This record gives sequence, C-alpha cells and structure tokens, in this order.
Amino acid sequence: MKKDNYIVGIETSCDETAVAIVKNGREIISNVVASQIESHKRFGGVVPEIASRHHVEQITIVLEEAFEQAAIEWEAIDAITVTEGPGLVGALLIGVNSAKALAFAKQKPLIGVHHIAGHIYANRFEQEFQFPLLALVVSGGHTELVLMKEHGHFEVIGETRDDAAGEAYDKVARMLNLPYPGGPHIDRLASNGEENIKFPRAWLEEGSYDFSFSGLKSSVINTIHNAKQRGEQLKNEDIAASFQASVVEVLTEKTFKAAQQYHAKQVIVAGGVAANQGLRAALQEKFSDTDVSLLIPPLKLCTDNAAMIAAAGTIAYQQGKRSGWDLNANPALLLE
Amino acid sequence: MSEYKMETHSEKETTQIAQRLALVLKPGDVITLEGDLGAGKTTFTKGLANGLGVKRTVNSPTFTIVKEYQGELPLYHMDVYRLENSEEDIGFDEYFNGDGISVVEWAHFIESYLPENRLNINITYIDEHKRLLEFFPYGDHFKWIISELIG
Ligand SMILES: Nc1ncnc2c1ncn2[C@@H]1O[C@H](COP(=O)(O)OP(=O)(O)O)[C@@H](O)[C@H]1O
Ligand SMILES: [Mg+2]
Repeated sequence: MKKDNYIVGIETSCDETAVAIVKNGREIISNVVASQIESHKRFGGVVPEIASRHHVEQITIVLEEAFEQAAIEWEAIDAITVTEGPGLVGALLIGVNSAKALAFAKQKPLIGVHHIAGHIYANRFEQEFQFPLLALVVSGGHTELVLMKEHGHFEVIGETRDDAAGEAYDKVARMLNLPYPGGPHIDRLASNGEENIKFPRAWLEEGSYDFSFSGLKSSVINTIHNAKQRGEQLKNEDIAASFQASVVEVLTEKTFKAAQQYHAKQVIVAGGVAANQGLRAALQEKFSDTDVSLLIPPLKLCTDNAAMIAAAGTIAYQQGKRSGWDLNANPALLLE
Repeated sequence: MSEYKMETHSEKETTQIAQRLALVLKPGDVITLEGDLGAGKTTFTKGLANGLGVKRTVNSPTFTIVKEYQGELPLYHMDVYRLENSEEDIGFDEYFNGDGISVVEWAHFIESYLPENRLNINITYIDEHKRLLEFFPYGDHFKWIISELIG
C-alpha cells in the first residue's frame, strides 16, 4: 500500500498569515488563517510594512494552532511547502524564512510553491482534476488563463496587459468612495443596479486570450467626469452593474473560447475574484450546455489560504521536486 | 507650472513621447510619475519599456509594488501607491543606484527616498483622449534631455 503523504503549507504572500496540513493533496487536516484586512482598511490597501510585522507576530501562533487542530506530530510530516512568490517581498520573506528554519530543524524536505499554482490546486479539494484543464485565475494581482495538460505543469495562454481584474474592481471602488477591499462592495451594489451604461469590452486581437482593463477604468472615469459636468448624478448601483457586466462578459467569453480551442475537459476558476457572484453566475450559465466540467471553489477556498499551497506542494513533492537552502522570496516569480 | 509641457491627444502620442525619452536615458536614471487614477502613468511606462526594447508584457505593478523587466537596460517599474503612510523601504537605494531605469508611479508617497537628480512628470486628465504632460527635470542631465525632447 502506498504511504499517506502529510504536507505542511505556509502562505504569507499578502494579507493572510496561514498554515495548513493536508493529507494526500486532497484532504484538509487543518487550515488556519489569520487575516489582517481589518488593519489595512484604514489605509485603503495592504501596507507592506504593516503586513510584514503582522506576519512575524502571527506565524508562530498560526503554526502551533495548525498542528494542534490536526492533532499530528512532526514525525508524520513528509515535507514543508511555502509560497515563494509572487507577492510582497517583505511578507513573502517571513513565510520562506519560517519554512526554511522548520525544514532545517525538523529535517524535512523544503519545497517552494507558486501562489497561483496554489489557487488552482484549491479546487482539487473539491474534485479530482481532469486534463486538459483550463484555469481562469482572477485576483487583485492576476488575470490569467492557464492551461494544464498534466499535474504540476502550467502554461499561461493569456494574461492582463495592464490592470488585473481585482485591481480594476478596487480602483473603481475607490472612485465610488467604497471601502477597501472594493470587490465585494461592487458585486453587492451591482446586484441592485441596472446595466444602463455602455462600457467598452476589451476583446483585443482576434484569437488573443489576453485581457485589458485599463480602457474600462478610463471609461468609468470619463463617465463619472462627464456626468458631473452636466450636473447629473449617476447611481453607484448602475455604475457598478455596468462595470461588472463588462468585466464578467470578457472573462466568461475568453474562458469559453479557450476551453473550446484547447478541448478542455475541466474549467476551474481560481483567485479572490472567483468569489464574485456575477462571475460565478455567468460562467455557470455559459458552460451549462457543454460537457466541460466547471469547478468554482467554495468561497472559503477562493481567498488566500495555506491548504492550497500544501495541495500544490504535494504534487511537487510526489514529482520529486525539492528546493535548496537558497530558496528565496521572489516577488516576480513566473508560473511555469 | 513647468516651462516644459505638452498636450497629447491620444494614448499613442503619450507612448510615443515616452518611447523617445527611453532612447536618451542612461543606467541609474529615475523617472517619477504623478497623476490621478487613469491619468496615464502606466501607459507612459509601457511606452518607455517599448523604447528600452522590453519584450514582455508590462502590466500594472500595483499589487507587487515593483516589477522588473529586461530590455537593453533593466527596467524597474514601481507603483508606490500602497506605501502611503508607511516608512517602508523596499530597497529603493539599490534600484535608484542600480544599472537600470527606475520608473515610480505615485512617487510623492516615498518622497524621502527619492534621489535629488530625477525627472518628474505630472500627467493631468483634460478629457477622454487628452492629457497634459508637465516635465520637471532636476539636475543638468535631465534638463538637457528635456530641452532636447520638448524644447
Ligand atoms: N492622451 C492619453 N495619454 C495616455 N493615456 C490615455 C490618453 N487618452 C486616453 N488614455 C487612456 O487612459 C488610460 C490610462 O490608464 P493607466 O495608464 O493605467 O493610468 P494610471 O497608471 O495613471 O492609473 C488608458 O486606458 C489610456 O488608453
Ligand atoms: Mg498605474
């Protein structure tokens, strides 16, 4: 019989300090997250210095809590996996250095994981992957279409040329004076608004799977600016609904086209924006008549957590990948 | 007000002026960009990257604060918006004194880390397609560059 794998995941790339223990890549034994969004709200965004300080304060507590909840001993652990990038360098460093120290002290293999590989693998807690698999990765820092032909191999077939989708949400939220993080507020406003402003859709060149949201950002600015000059007051709900319609339509159509072209058996959605109700509904509708299996993770797995890092890390472990003691935080790490 | 200013009438005109600027920059040069959301700071940087021969997609660094690219010279593209109210130093000295070109969006949030010699550019929204670009060169090197470019 094959031995069970117990893998520790550590994630500190942005807001959340998280540690998890995962069995065989698909079963969460414990998953502890300490969020600091509350303290960042005041600043309208993540403040790296504050983020790093929080991570330092939290990491040991979160780690102990993860082992306590899992009721597991270090002997049973096969490897320590950690987000090495992309993210904020000061924040990433806390996780990477903790992982290194632990791996050294406990004499366990150390494996660096790409944050986005983690978001993709969050879906494997729900369902086993079927290849070819297409992942739509949408978050504050990413908008990418990733093709996977097998476990552990990632090919980016499209990416944003300017702002990420989540970033566009945050910026429009700022224009509407909504609190940080803006995405959920826009989503909520949108459901009470009417799509009565025609914002552009950035399709780009025929056949391109790249995205662009800065034209949309400009269009929202222009619309608000022009309305003000005419002395009109637009309803925030309508701006939100119209903005969201543009983002969602482009994301959905491009994902659908790519799924067809690459004969994807499975389409999964990953990253924080996967929590967006408008996007979830549109994708479900679009793929309902196809035999492509669409997988959107439950809300608690959409946001940053460490179980997803351990899940992606388990595959890397099983494929024999190991990081050296020179493992470093890499804010600009590419997914490959 | 700056004595060096110009109006651009399209995104393309803005990227073109940035592209021309790129050709006369040297290692260690620092360009700071100011202007509201959607003014065109990232658009300007894309033009500059193009002029430096960067092939990869240059997209917004807002999330990671800094993104690095390789052209004929390295390009360090920063958006320090999220550093407002923090004293965080992400290693600015190394970037600003390095072998590459640094471009900093929302630079006034890291005022105390900025080098004396630099080129500041203010971008102001006029209407949907028009922007006012004002150039503030600090130091002889940039004064010369700007008088060549705009004067
Ligand atoms: N003359 C112009 N120069 C630069 N950008 C322009 C111009 N006219 C319109 N735009 C549009 O304004 C937007 C600028 O967005 P971006 O560069 O992301 O702004 P910022 O980085 O300052 O927030 C782009 O969508 C661009 O197409
Ligand atoms: Mg920008």
